[in-house]
Amino acid sequence: MKLDELTKGVFRYNPIFYLVLGLCPLLAVSTRVDNALGMSLGVFFVLVSSNVIISLFRHWIPSQVRIPCFIVIIASFVTIVELFMHGYAPELHGRLGIYLPLIVVNCIILGRAEAFASKKPVFHSFLDAIGMSIGFTLAIVGIAICREVLSTGKIAIFGYTIVPTFTQSPSVMMILPPGAFLTIGIIMALINYRSIRKEGR
Amino acid sequence: MENLLVIAVGAIFVNNIVLYWFLGLCPFFGVSKKTSTALGMGSAVIFVMTCASAITWPIYTYLLIPFNIEFMRTVTFILVIATFVQLIEMVIRKYKPSLYKALGIYLPLITTNCAIMGVALLNIEKGYSFIGSVVDGFSAGIGFTLALLLMSGIRERLEFANVPRSFQDLPIAFISAALLALAFMAFSGMRF
Repeated sequence: MKLDELTKGVFRYNPIFYLVLGLCPLLAVSTRVDNALGMSLGVFFVLVSSNVIISLFRHWIPSQVRIPCFIVIIASFVTIVELFMHGYAPELHGRLGIYLPLIVVNCIILGRAEAFASKKPVFHSFLDAIGMSIGFTLAIVGIAICREVLSTGKIAIFGYTIVPTFTQSPSVMMILPPGAFLTIGIIMALINYRSIRKEGR
Repeated sequence: MENLLVIAVGAIFVNNIVLYWFLGLCPFFGVSKKTSTALGMGSAVIFVMTCASAITWPIYTYLLIPFNIEFMRTVTFILVIATFVQLIEMVIRKYKPSLYKALGIYLPLITTNCAIMGVALLNIEKGYSFIGSVVDGFSAGIGFTLALLLMSGIRERLEFANVPRSFQDLPIAFISAALLALAFMAFSGMRF
């Protein structure tokens, strides 16, 4: 039962492909795998801490002003992430740019706070947040891998080459905005294809 | 003094808020099924975006910078925008009921629209003046409406198209957005 709270966010109710939330940072930051990893670390921290805090205070927050309260809590954690990254990973902070402060309006975080953390006990909310951030990480890193391989012909994470160069004429379009829409469209179609096949059987 | 025309054309076509910055994607895919709703959402966004740019710029320049608390930017901006949207909703409901009927349902959606917050942050990052920020906010709203209208036109046509079953609804919308973004990239060749 408790394990279910953790695993549902990863596949069955994946925030990106099932709930279609939080698309903006997903498409904008998935140009490189290391950007995607940095972004998902930020989302992981904000989602887990805000879910736990909101769940702790759920009996004290009056329901009329709950949305502003949630926003203030989330915004404080986003500021912590921003300052931390600025201090310890300034290069990554520069590359993520405005998308780092924009975690605050990421619909996944407010959505989980509203739909789950404000109603459930602390430990359940904690597991739910971890599951959801793993689901987000899988989606963003998956899309980033497709885009980086196709646009540069190799994958290099923080300076270490994971996949060596295999082509001299990569498709530059994949690193540009159209590539992001194309990748997520095709991945979603593949998921649909799989569930249609499953139903038919 | 920056060139206002360059800012306007840049925000509408070259760096379109949806197709270049990937902001406001939730309404872009959520309310783009019909042209009429797209128009309503677009006009609400133009209005809020212009006002939000006009409010956040003075707050940042005259309140946060003199006290050296620029790091409070995220918290301040989101609170100001959320309060402001709530305020507009109340004012419109009281004094312009007909306008409220047309825009009302879109206003709450706008608070969590990352495009509004994104434009406010971009104005600061790009170092625009006050007038520049307002023009940038207004043009970004126009750019959003343009992309939304084009997309809703495409999706109305797609209703009659024979799309493969696994591509139906969202996947084909993403593929159309990819082609739209590709078309908009042609504008990046424009230089003044």
